[in-house]
Amino acid sequence: MKTLYFLLEKEFRQLLRNRQLMRTLLLAPLIQLILLPLAADYTVKDIQIAVTDNDHSPSSQRLIAKITASGYFRLAGYTASYPEALRMVEQDKADLALQIPAHFERDLVRENNKQLYVAINAIEGTKANLGGAYLQSIISDFNDDLRIQWNVPASDTPQVTVTSSNWYNPLLKFPLYMVPAILVTLVTAMVAMQSAFNIVQEKESGTIEQINVTPIKKHIFIIGKMIPFLALGIVLFTMGLLVGRILYGIVPVGSLWVLYGSLIVYLFSMLGLGLLLATYSFTQMQAMSLSFFFINIFNMMSGVFTSVDSMPGWAQTIVATFPPSHFIKIMRMVVLKGSGFSDILPKLGAMALIGLFLNTWAVLNYRKTA
Amino acid sequence: MKQLFTFIRKEFLHVFRDRKTLLMLFGLPIAQIVLFGFALSNEIKDSRIALVDYSKDAVTTRLIGKIEASHYFDIQHTLASADQLNAAFKRGDIKMAVIFPANFGDDLTHTGKATLQIIADGSDPNQATTITNYLQSIVNDYNAELARDAQQPLQIRPEVQMLYNPELRGAPNFVPGVMALVLMLVCTMMTSVAIVKEKELGTMEILLVSPFKPIYIIISKLAPNLLISIVNLFIILILSDIFLDLPVKGSIALLVFCSILFILTSLSIGLLLSINAKTQQAAMMGSLMGMMLPTMLLTGFLFPIENMPFILQALSNLVPSRWYFIIVKRVMLKGLGFSAVWKETLILAAMCFLLFAISLRKFKIRLQ
Amino acid sequence: MDTVITTDKLTKKFGAFVAASELTFEVGKGEIFGFLGANGAGKTTAMRMLCGLLAPTSGKARIAGYDIYTQTERIKRSIGYMSQKFSLYDDLTVSENIRFYGGIYGMSRAAIRTKTATLLEELQLGNEASTLVRELPLGWKQKLSFSVSIVHDPEIVFLDEPTGGVDPVTRRQFWDLIYAAADRGVTVFVTTHYMDEAEYCNRVSIMVDGVIAALDSPANLRDHYGHASMEDVFYELARKANRKE
Repeated sequence: MKTLYFLLEKEFRQLLRNRQLMRTLLLAPLIQLILLPLAADYTVKDIQIAVTDNDHSPSSQRLIAKITASGYFRLAGYTASYPEALRMVEQDKADLALQIPAHFERDLVRENNKQLYVAINAIEGTKANLGGAYLQSIISDFNDDLRIQWNVPASDTPQVTVTSSNWYNPLLKFPLYMVPAILVTLVTAMVAMQSAFNIVQEKESGTIEQINVTPIKKHIFIIGKMIPFLALGIVLFTMGLLVGRILYGIVPVGSLWVLYGSLIVYLFSMLGLGLLLATYSFTQMQAMSLSFFFINIFNMMSGVFTSVDSMPGWAQTIVATFPPSHFIKIMRMVVLKGSGFSDILPKLGAMALIGLFLNTWAVLNYRKTA
Repeated sequence: MKQLFTFIRKEFLHVFRDRKTLLMLFGLPIAQIVLFGFALSNEIKDSRIALVDYSKDAVTTRLIGKIEASHYFDIQHTLASADQLNAAFKRGDIKMAVIFPANFGDDLTHTGKATLQIIADGSDPNQATTITNYLQSIVNDYNAELARDAQQPLQIRPEVQMLYNPELRGAPNFVPGVMALVLMLVCTMMTSVAIVKEKELGTMEILLVSPFKPIYIIISKLAPNLLISIVNLFIILILSDIFLDLPVKGSIALLVFCSILFILTSLSIGLLLSINAKTQQAAMMGSLMGMMLPTMLLTGFLFPIENMPFILQALSNLVPSRWYFIIVKRVMLKGLGFSAVWKETLILAAMCFLLFAISLRKFKIRLQ
Repeated sequence: MDTVITTDKLTKKFGAFVAASELTFEVGKGEIFGFLGANGAGKTTAMRMLCGLLAPTSGKARIAGYDIYTQTERIKRSIGYMSQKFSLYDDLTVSENIRFYGGIYGMSRAAIRTKTATLLEELQLGNEASTLVRELPLGWKQKLSFSVSIVHDPEIVFLDEPTGGVDPVTRRQFWDLIYAAADRGVTVFVTTHYMDEAEYCNRVSIMVDGVIAALDSPANLRDHYGHASMEDVFYELARKANRKE
């Protein structure tokens, strides 16, 4: 026990003296939390639409006016022919092309139905989806307007209407969605990579050999390495929470105990990863490569930017082994919805299990005697 | 010249003997392409929802049937009362709830209008909007059925065609983005750390004392990463074609040319980073914190640049990967030629030249 | 003589390569025992086995009375070690380093304080107590490393080429420290390349190609081989070696 105390004293002294690290610790939350939510706005707006109006009737004009007045779309241009409009889409000058064919108004009245043609750049799925949905709802509204205008007996068909509301984030503000996840990425990179780096540095400089010769038991040594980074992670997380509060007014709805409890379990698992990677690396370069490999995959696949639920089944299974994916869900649940301990228990359990596995593997790998 | 080759060979040996780093160098792009290409998607389907039916009549049954039949939704719970909703949301069981008030069918028949209530979990705004829209479209369908039965006149029928990516797969958007990201990050990190490592070890001084021109040293440092990145590029393109059904629709030569420009740009950035870093750790952290964030954000593949505040949009113009991303999308996915990307290529070339010249000069000064 | 190190046919093989073969010797309490050999002869392998850093392939050994296979943790408590890379923490001060190693070996805080004061005085580092080790000149670092390696008063201290790269004056001072420790009853097991240092030892062994080719006091070895200096003795034995590093 006493040896642990001396070990921790040394570790903290070294950490606090590492000015570069301390600077990053202060700046990273600020920069990430400012930049990311600013940029990470998925709200689809200002969709560029290219219009070909071959009809030039009052109705077609009104439809176009309605589209541009909706606020979702910006008129990228009028083209004389549909192929020209398509070319605009090709050149990324427009996201959608709409063709109102010749005699649209006339044929609509005569034959009671008429087509409109829409082409959407579907490379970016969300935009295409939402863009298409918005346009269709505007057209449908317009359709109703026409019927009213021309006093066509609407034959009083019954209609089901819908009212919708959004809970937990009524204004659908993006920062509320992004900030909890960003907090997780912040903590992950720092803790996993730094701990791996730190241990490998001792390997490279030879100080680890000195430790191996002493009677320090290996599990004490490992705990002595983990606790400082655990502390670091908690500090970083707290700073992030504060920044989130100040900049975005995000206050966790759920219990702070639950939040920090999950944080500790999460850090435990990521430290295990860092430790494990350190046992497999002999140079700092290797530690960096290995941890970067994992961090990158975690960042992209754990639901920060895209939803895990959209992934195919096999991918979701793989992602279930990533602690960040669980913690990100927990964060969003606790911060935004106020989920409690029992609500997050399955995910917490998963993280704990993975953490146990990683740490055990790491401890077994670390041997004082070659 | 022969000296140069000696240097280059030494650098290659350094890199290829370090198997763990090689794992990352080749493994990362491959893993990312396969994983992201297959797994990442913006498509929303099988969303778990709950139903609360206070009415339980023919109309609600019909509507519920339609919801069940759609692949957008997966009915998780049928709850007895709306009081249970909060708990279900908090558990993360459901994303949305649909509530049919009492006397739904009666209201519809007698007053011509009935209103159902949708409650969506707003913690994921886009998802909430999208599934609300999906449900609305199911309701619209139902309304259209009612209208057809009553022979609704003046029906406008929009025909929608999805271009370039009719199945709305995630891959077309993500693969070019991942290409840009990986090439950029790997080149900057590897180069900067490798150079700083020599500084730390002291072997850099040996090189400096030798009669070899500094530029040879620099070229030899950049050469292995250049080659590895080109190999990576081809691996990515081949994998995309075979596994993700994303062949290069346009000219491969053009794509490779622009990629090399981009790689050289990234290598120059790595060079610049290595000048100020004193330790390997600093170089790594610098590349990561300094490059990863801007690249991910401002390239435009995760988040649309048009949505960003003006200052970020302006900044994104400075990020080489943003231009490369556009080029890849146009050449690889749309099959366009040089005439469509000459502007972006020029910008990329200018950046490459500039960065290389600056980093070369700074490096030489430092060496003195 | 009280033996603190006994080995019996201690062997280490790495696959087919025999790094150290059937080493058999004894070291007594308070002895300064020099372990010489060319690069690649097996000195470092032998030392690492004795320290508990490397598990032997076969053979027996007892360090400070403990068995090398089953009681490595006890051995570690009774020995000190100074590696080639010095192994002090660069980013800690002199007193912080002393405090750390003292604490690791279970010294009480009071004991650590007294020991720190004594050490600082002995090494004349009184003014540098709060200086980061990274800023100390090489010679001082070495002396400090040695003192830290025996901060817990171990029975044996293992020194792996401790005086590399310093001027002769500093080396001499370093050996003064070793003598002082030996006088106090600490056994010193030291590997070195410097043949003049070989003369400072009580007994010396020379390893060639993984085997102990000679073991005796410097005086006896010089007589036996008919050479004026240890350097010549070493040269005669080592040049027959097949292994080069």
